[in-house]
Amino acid sequence: MTAAAAFFYLFAAITVASGFMVIASRNPVVSVLFLILAFVNAAGLFVLMGAEFLAMILVVVYVGAVAVLFLFVVMMLDVDFAAMRQGFQDYLPVGGLIGAIFLVELLLVVGSWTIDPGLVHGPLAVSPGAETVTNTQALGLVLYTNYFFFFQVAGLILLVAMIGAIVLTLRDRPGVKRQDIAIQNARTQADAVEVRQVPTGQGVEV
Amino acid sequence: MIGLSHYLTVAAILFTLGVLGIFINRKNIIVILMSVELILLAVNINLVAFSTHLGDIVGQVFALFVLTVAAAEAAIGLAILVVFFRNRGSIAVEDVNMMKG
Repeated sequence: MTAAAAFFYLFAAITVASGFMVIASRNPVVSVLFLILAFVNAAGLFVLMGAEFLAMILVVVYVGAVAVLFLFVVMMLDVDFAAMRQGFQDYLPVGGLIGAIFLVELLLVVGSWTIDPGLVHGPLAVSPGAETVTNTQALGLVLYTNYFFFFQVAGLILLVAMIGAIVLTLRDRPGVKRQDIAIQNARTQADAVEVRQVPTGQGVEV
Repeated sequence: MIGLSHYLTVAAILFTLGVLGIFINRKNIIVILMSVELILLAVNINLVAFSTHLGDIVGQVFALFVLTVAAAEAAIGLAILVVFFRNRGSIAVEDVNMMKG
């Protein structure tokens, strides 16, 4: 067994095991941590396949952003997670049955498919060998030319998601004092200061 | 020798785990969202595996787009979750009936 095969089995085993722990763990914080482990090992699989750029993006985007977002939300919500596992045993038989059928079907497909040798269309964009350009460069050469429109749409989706998330979670609470510059500037001496003659020994009503 | 089928098998197992996670964690939306992330990861592994096997870099371009959409979906989903929790004080799936749909 070569080193690449050994690493494949290592990464694959840890990915699948941590994927199982994500759905089986009692505590959602533990689930998030196992999700991070699954993503890191999937990034290892990507490196083995020769997609270095995607592997690094997976680590940056998922481990750095999405998983931390999940962790924040899990810790922010004050929910009794133990009570949420009430129906776990009820759903396990039917869920397990459907999962098993699904897995067997998928594995049958994986074991029996072939690529049509008389395929009319070749690759849409031939990936150059690693000895000529790096994976990042090859990806950029295709992404910024043939798929530039899709690239911009992806940026637009991220913008909409960002605005949507901000608009959804923004709230103004009553009773919180805020600085309102327009009101501050509109104040004049007349309505801010009042001069009174105070009779000696009597004081004034405020 | 590690070939395409090995990666496809890993992706199939991961996809099934994601589907199973949606089934058995019926009450916990956070774990359901994490299961969706697992499913999208399995799809990405498939795309990259075929991309490498066929020598066609477009598969990796599409994996990048899937990654983008997955990140946007997680952000929006968690924002909706936070708003819902603020309004109802619960994130159980069976309590989500405000729209009577």
